[in-house]
Amino acid sequence: MTDALFLVLSALAIWSGWRVFRVDSMVRASFQLMVSFIAVGLIAVLLAAPYIGIATIFMMAVEMMVMALFMVMFMMNPAGLNPMVMVHQHRFSVAAGITAFAGLVLAVLLSDLRAQPLPVDAQVVRALGHELLGPSMLIFETAGVTLLAAMIGAVVLSAHSGRYGGSDQGSRPPGLHPGGEPAGRKPDKHGGHQHHGHHGGH
Amino acid sequence: MTLTSVLIVAAALIGIGFYGALSQQSFVMLMMGLELMLNGAILAIIGFWSFSLGGMPEGQLLAIIVMAVMAVEMAVGFALVVAVYRKRQADMTESLTTLKH
Repeated sequence: MTDALFLVLSALAIWSGWRVFRVDSMVRASFQLMVSFIAVGLIAVLLAAPYIGIATIFMMAVEMMVMALFMVMFMMNPAGLNPMVMVHQHRFSVAAGITAFAGLVLAVLLSDLRAQPLPVDAQVVRALGHELLGPSMLIFETAGVTLLAAMIGAVVLSAHSGRYGGSDQGSRPPGLHPGGEPAGRKPDKHGGHQHHGHHGGH
Repeated sequence: MTLTSVLIVAAALIGIGFYGALSQQSFVMLMMGLELMLNGAILAIIGFWSFSLGGMPEGQLLAIIVMAVMAVEMAVGFALVVAVYRKRQADMTESLTTLKH
């Protein structure tokens, strides 16, 4: 039963992964990727990792919705009304993909993999919780700080206007006292690189 | 369901993702290739954890770290796409010939 389920899910994961690059619509492509992720999450559940599997499914469902939204917003051909083939160096890519697959399969088949399966009565979610809030807490917290840095970076990269005007036109905060000169650096008149040393204010 | 079969499925996902990341012209489709590769990586990690680590919780921890990497890649990738589109009106790899601002 488990084997049959694994076969079906892995076939679904690979097929929908392949369809990502074959459908005409970018929105459909992101939904295909979501199907692939859900299949992998269910395989993880089959492999006795329920927390990781369900977390993958939830996270990917949300992530692919965001992705589909981006496709609709400003990418070409979101509805798939025209045929879409947007590839470059196609032969090289096919060869590279096949080579990567063949090399990995060869490595799997040739290496002597250690067999030490999960104990039948293992409490995997409890063990993960103890690990996350115990010995590996620093690693887990580092991942959280990294996510925070990514959020700040994403806002900085994508925000057009800052608090005091367009960020790419040199916005200036108001003066330090009422009616005073604007604080901060003066924007460059020529619109080129920023000159250092031209400080406004007092 | 053995470790070998799980790893072969993961290898197939990584191969397809590698093909997509190399062949697609649109930034977003390229990112989908990267995501597919990380998908295969998660599957391989869980397979190793389940079949040859004897239930060591560090295996699951590594999968969670890969998920965080995925989220970071997605957030920063989309922000870069938006920034490049605003600056150059470009959403294809061919339209970028320089990394300069």
